[in-house]
Amino acid sequence: MYVVEVIITNKGHVRDPEGETIYRDLIIKRGYTNVAGIRSGKYLKFHVQSDSCKAAVEYVKELCYKLRIYNPIVHDVEVRASGQSSCD
Amino acid sequence: MIKFPGTNADLDVVWVLRNVVSLDASVVWFKEFKGKSYDAIVLPGGFSYGDWLRAGAIAARSKVIDEVIDASSNGVPILGICNGFQILTEAGLLPGALITNDSGKFLCKWVKVRVKRPRGPWLKLAYDDMTVDMPIAHGEGRYYIDSEVEHSPVIKYYGHNPNGSLFDIAGIASNDGLVMGLMPHPERAAEPELVPTGYTAGGLVVWRSLATSLKEGW
Repeated sequence: MYVVEVIITNKGHVRDPEGETIYRDLIIKRGYTNVAGIRSGKYLKFHVQSDSCKAAVEYVKELCYKLRIYNPIVHDVEVRASGQSSCD
Repeated sequence: MIKFPGTNADLDVVWVLRNVVSLDASVVWFKEFKGKSYDAIVLPGGFSYGDWLRAGAIAARSKVIDEVIDASSNGVPILGICNGFQILTEAGLLPGALITNDSGKFLCKWVKVRVKRPRGPWLKLAYDDMTVDMPIAHGEGRYYIDSEVEHSPVIKYYGHNPNGSLFDIAGIASNDGLVMGLMPHPERAAEPELVPTGYTAGGLVVWRSLATSLKEGW
């Protein structure tokens, strides 16, 4: 069993009111001024039966695209093996 | 009217179709829908699947939407209102996307909108630059599209853009006007009893257009 993470955020040029509000009304207001910005998003964790880590990631990438788990018009998506940036 | 789990404006639309413009209308549960049986299809407002994943995203991948796509290619008029509009964009039947209002708030208020390039069964009786009043009630109504719409019919917020929609877009239709999506609710603006002071029953033009179009063509 492999765990694959999917992180969906608005594209850079699409405003993110939730992230802006957390940044402005919580982080900055309470003095954590080293934070330069926040983007909020959606996180999904898939438990996938697969022969390899790479195959599991590819499987989730495909289903995210075909089932439109993210909306390519407005979202960026990152699909990765859990807890690491690559399967290697 | 196609009803998904979480659809809640279906009976409002049925009421108006039956009692205001005298059309035969019924609510059909999404699993029981057969596309070839209907002269027009409405996807009403609400919160299909609780807006989980994204407003309209799960309903847009259901099998009934394949039937709706077939019906649209056979010339059946299709209208999506509010969550129905979100479903139509998520399904790719209409361009663009609807995302969280720029204020981050759910908005429930009457607005003025302007019709541009009216065409097709839903806007047959409207004229260019016609101003109509309808209420909005949504959290995810900010319309996003890469460039200004040049050809297809659009409905634009007039005077005040409540949610940050690009190009003030409140509704959009396919080029021929057959498939239309609206964030404002025409079914809540079709009887004088429901219209507050300073506004008029702007949704009527949509329902009267449909009734006329189904009898005379468009």
